[in-house]
Amino acid sequence: MATISVEGKEIEVDEEGYLVNLADWFPAVATEMAKIDEVDLGDDHWDIINFLREYYEEYQIAPAVRVLTKAVAKKLGKEKGNSKYLYELFPYGPGKQACKFAGLPKPTGCV
Amino acid sequence: MADFETPKFREYPVVPQIKPDAMAGDGPFVSRAEFDTDLGYPGELPENWKEKTLDKMQDLLGRYRSLQVFMDSCIKCGACTDKCHYFIGTNDPKNMPVARQDLMRKVYRRYFTFAGKYFPGLVGAVDLTEDVLKEWYNYYHQCSECRRCSVFCPMGIDTAEVTMAAREMLAHVGYAQKYSNQIIQKVYKIGNNLGLPGPALKGILEDLEEEVEEDTGVPVKYHMDKEGVEALLMTPSADFFAEPHIDGLIGYGKVLHELGITWTVSSKASEAANFGLFIGSYDNMQRISMRIREAAIELKVKRIIFGECGHAWRVAYSFLNTLAGPFDFLDQNYPIPQHILEVTYGALQEGKLRLNKEENDHLTMTFHDSCNVARASRMGNKPGGQFDIPRAVIQAACNNYVDMDSDTIKDATFCCGGGGGILTDDLMELRVKGALPRMEALRQVTEESGVTNIAAICAICKSQFTKTLPYYGFEMDAIMSVHQLVSEAIVMTGSEQEKELDGVEDEEGTKEPEE
Repeated sequence: MATISVEGKEIEVDEEGYLVNLADWFPAVATEMAKIDEVDLGDDHWDIINFLREYYEEYQIAPAVRVLTKAVAKKLGKEKGNSKYLYELFPYGPGKQACKFAGLPKPTGCV
Repeated sequence: MADFETPKFREYPVVPQIKPDAMAGDGPFVSRAEFDTDLGYPGELPENWKEKTLDKMQDLLGRYRSLQVFMDSCIKCGACTDKCHYFIGTNDPKNMPVARQDLMRKVYRRYFTFAGKYFPGLVGAVDLTEDVLKEWYNYYHQCSECRRCSVFCPMGIDTAEVTMAAREMLAHVGYAQKYSNQIIQKVYKIGNNLGLPGPALKGILEDLEEEVEEDTGVPVKYHMDKEGVEALLMTPSADFFAEPHIDGLIGYGKVLHELGITWTVSSKASEAANFGLFIGSYDNMQRISMRIREAAIELKVKRIIFGECGHAWRVAYSFLNTLAGPFDFLDQNYPIPQHILEVTYGALQEGKLRLNKEENDHLTMTFHDSCNVARASRMGNKPGGQFDIPRAVIQAACNNYVDMDSDTIKDATFCCGGGGGILTDDLMELRVKGALPRMEALRQVTEESGVTNIAAICAICKSQFTKTLPYYGFEMDAIMSVHQLVSEAIVMTGSEQEKELDGVEDEEGTKEPEE
């Protein structure tokens, strides 16, 4: 199993770079994963990552795209409540890349 | 974007020049025991793998006489060679359907034919080695089981069945694909491909109810686990999660509400998809199908209606009764099962739905026939219904419609590039390259006829296009659900949209459907 090194700790990740043990997550893990994907995490990214983690804690699944865009619209304004905005932040897709940074499992299926 | 080159649009769709081994490699991520054992597979290569592989081949040859015929009857005419989107997009000669089949055929000859047993060199028979197994794994995951090649095969060889058999043999020696098996395991554990638990699903559906009521003023219900309603809706879990899928789901809800058909989804069977088909496993396909039967009985419904999911409709239309029947407890006056498009189309024919096409006037649509619907099922009561009904519904909802080139639609449709268990990030290069012929046909109608958007009735197609359209210079949201168009155009009784069109006072009997 592959690992990534964060603040001196070796964290296990799967073939696709997702955490093997979700409990291993702490904020620097997200920063490191983003660095690997060449994404520079700013406040806008953290808003999303924090929302994903909160939602996951309640429902054990990443939020649907619509749930996420609505939450973003509510919090950050209507002009940001769309997939385009999320794709700008997470070029490989909010559903997958943002989940990875947030330490969530990868959404599978026909998505 | 990943590190490969997106194929260039070709001026003419000529037979591509071959590039041997262009797609050689290890294939997609291999599954692990943690996913496999629940599906009845060992999860790792057993010591006697060779014997087990050949035993399985013998078993499948006996069980599916078709496979035996396909192994024996290829005449190497070459008709299939340039029909595969993966060959067209990758130039790898092993992606010619005949060559991909021959990876199995040469092993079949060695162990199951007289000539191959005694004169292997003369008939191109080879020993089963680990390298052969690896090559199978790689190339049988470069086939989306779309069956376009089979349409052109004079012997009627069904490449998809060969691929399915190969995958089934591989899985029996611990060489299954992670993507498909992880998903099937989630279906067993949680109820759907996504792993969407009941409470999350409930939350999403409640949000939709709120949203639809806000938009229309009509309290359309999106029930979960509601007993005693008329219909069980079986739809891909992507419809609860992804875009544009969810816009289609909103549309189904509006149509069913307007027709007075009460319905529910089931948290236990919250998935129409059946990846058992993709991995060629009858046992898993059956186990997945049984959930539908059980949910229908538990919820005491009279009808089962399927949403927009391509291979689910193949399994439902062609196999469900065998896998999970008899459905004698359902209302026999309706098709068992029924497609949501049949419901919508039927209602349009009877003048029971009012659509305001002008809502979609900013769009010029085309339609992508999904392979499993086009080549492995039917809709309605006429041959070709699976081609005509979706088009009729789109045209009832939108004034502007143009078909793509006739060589690329209906029974000759090109796969989106992501079907059959290929819709995974580790196969992105294959997906993008395999999308080439569909993208070329789309580009033609965008340039010649001003097409703005493409609609589909399959969750895989929709997700695949969302990802691959941008590689070819299109917007990711150019892909739409068919019922998304219906959703935009529908004028429900008592809705804000009706008031806007007719004035505030509603009269009885004003519902005149548009032609």
